[in-house]
Amino acid sequence: MNLNRRAFLKTTGAALMASGFPMSLVKMAFGAAQDFTFAYISDAHIQYIKGDKFVRNWDMGLIRAIREANLLTPRPDFFMFGGDLAQLGRKEELDHGLEIMSRLRGRVHYVIGEHDYYLDLGEYWQSKIGPLWYSFDHKGVHFVVLNSILTYDSWTHKKWAAPMDRMLAMARLDNPQGSPFMVGEEQLGWIKKDLEKVDRTTPVVVFSHSPIQKIYKGWNFWTEDAEKVQALLEPFDKVTVIYGHVHQIQYNQIGNITFHAVMATAWPWPYPESYSQVPSHLPKLTVPMNRADPFFERDATGWQFIDVGKGNVNMHYQLPDNENRSVVFNPKTGYPQDVRYQDMDSRIPPQTHY
Amino acid sequence: MNRTIRYLKGMLRAGAVAATFVACVALAAPLGLPPVPVPADNAITPEKVKLGDKLFHDTGFSTTGEVSCSTCHDQNKGFTDGLPVSEGIHKLKGTRNAPTVVNAAYLQTQFWDGREPTLESQSAQPFLNPVEMGLENHDPILTVVRSDPEYGDLFQKAFGKSGEQITMVEVQQALATFQRTLIAGNSPFDRYYFGGDKTAMSPEAIRGLEVFVGQGRCVSCHVIEQTQALFTDNRFHMIGVAANQMPKDLDELSAAVEDVKKRGTDIAVLSNAKTSSLGRYAVTRDLTDIGAFKTPTLRNIDLTAPYLHDGSVETLEEVVQFYNNGGRLEETDPVPELLSGGIRPLNLTEEQQADLVEFLKALTSPGFFRK
Repeated sequence: MNLNRRAFLKTTGAALMASGFPMSLVKMAFGAAQDFTFAYISDAHIQYIKGDKFVRNWDMGLIRAIREANLLTPRPDFFMFGGDLAQLGRKEELDHGLEIMSRLRGRVHYVIGEHDYYLDLGEYWQSKIGPLWYSFDHKGVHFVVLNSILTYDSWTHKKWAAPMDRMLAMARLDNPQGSPFMVGEEQLGWIKKDLEKVDRTTPVVVFSHSPIQKIYKGWNFWTEDAEKVQALLEPFDKVTVIYGHVHQIQYNQIGNITFHAVMATAWPWPYPESYSQVPSHLPKLTVPMNRADPFFERDATGWQFIDVGKGNVNMHYQLPDNENRSVVFNPKTGYPQDVRYQDMDSRIPPQTHY
Repeated sequence: MNRTIRYLKGMLRAGAVAATFVACVALAAPLGLPPVPVPADNAITPEKVKLGDKLFHDTGFSTTGEVSCSTCHDQNKGFTDGLPVSEGIHKLKGTRNAPTVVNAAYLQTQFWDGREPTLESQSAQPFLNPVEMGLENHDPILTVVRSDPEYGDLFQKAFGKSGEQITMVEVQQALATFQRTLIAGNSPFDRYYFGGDKTAMSPEAIRGLEVFVGQGRCVSCHVIEQTQALFTDNRFHMIGVAANQMPKDLDELSAAVEDVKKRGTDIAVLSNAKTSSLGRYAVTRDLTDIGAFKTPTLRNIDLTAPYLHDGSVETLEEVVQFYNNGGRLEETDPVPELLSGGIRPLNLTEEQQADLVEFLKALTSPGFFRK
């Protein structure tokens, strides 16, 4: 199947028409879930320099994504922001980021990232944006927003010379003094309670900043208690986890749970498989994206619009200066696949890096 | 006229058989350029070139009898027209700056938004555009070429066809073939860079080349390769030109798209600045293509002012200033929201900017003269 954007819009149109069918038809198979679309912007990393100066490149990434998302048709029902609005959690960064985000026309739900959190442990975020974990329902789908970037209290509350030292320590890749992300017992208890009231046939979509699966610990492509969260999601017919943090396309299927990563608007990370010092577990399903040309600052960054059809989540990656990609749920195989590049023969051979 | 072109046409007049001639063209590619790509079904022959030349300059295919291809692609003006945007019948203005047809044979797509894939398919459109030649359809062209004795002779020689056998296919093939002979390389830059003549460019232009491939970041889109330089990547980029014309919101975008659907891309984009500003998006409807236009060649750029797709900038100095400020003429102008990630402030000194202009002036092929 070759699903380009126009074809997708047609499909979506058809899907929206299909949602006009008697509700019982839809309900039989997938609870009361209707078809709809939303858009996802993530990892803007707005970075303060001094005075009124911010890093231009990161500003431009977020501004571009918003400008494009505002031109989506049909209009998405809502927007998600996937965390790391700020680079170092500073008020200036969150304020400037929120000011740019205010250009987005529509309701926005926010996920917190470690770059937003480890300066003041989410204090300013909560005062400006809201709680760090919560849930909401939309057209028959139950959405759960997690704060998955917590860690051991002993690390968070150890004697730091200054809060910024903690922030910088958590921001550093391959930091031997770092600490793994986790959801933590308190939040696990809340998830359990939140899901108790949800019917098992209701599609559940979880938004987290870090992957609720273990890929590469050195860069915290990792959540230490991922299995505990997965166990709480296990009883549901259809679950999708969408995460930021990794700045690249990744997707996976573990039991009933479909995983998708979202792109950053700021910069791309390399695939951990290309980084061989420590074992990585990049999901087998994932076709890494082709990164053609670093001259173009936006290449290998982007954002995504997402259609939820019959409770299945289909990702459509908008990738400036690159080929747009679509990763959709294949009901026949029961896992997500790239509509163009999944077959080995269809892939663009990656460049060899030395 | 360019010496290279004259040379090619001289060879054409020598009347080599077609197959041999294609080989000759390949050999005759001027310094700095690859062999001219020629479609398998439209070999270059001297007869076709002669016919194409006549069609290209014939004003009889416009409603007023005053406009030909060469009106906007004037060989005395580097095959452009020297205007910000072109003027067709009754001095009606389009929305875009006439690109030179010199070296258009190398381009992978035609028109600023690449809406046509070949010189053949491109050549049919301006006849029918209301702000260019204004015909309702191609019939008047066919009426002339089928009945005029001189054309009858030329078509017979070029295609072995006459009367009703002549269709727009042959007209377009002849026009495309003529344009495939408008090839210009061998500029001071080519002689310096590919020819090894270290005196071919001035010291200023040599420094400008350093800026071009270095801090100026120009070469990433205006490509120079190991053995040739087309000065284009054949891609589409939103560099900030006419950003204020672009649709401000979904309503304006939808209206522009409706316009394209209703009237067709060619007519819609040339008659409305807002629709024109969609650029490549009008063709692909991909959000990442909004406001993106094709990278033009830089060869003979000194002869083809004014510049950019809407002809909004008059001098090379200002074009350099536009790029140095990251896609805007003045530092105080707003930064376009959909600006390509390749465009950013360059922090070039005044000397570097002046050197860059000198380098651009070294891309002029010998033989092009202003009137």
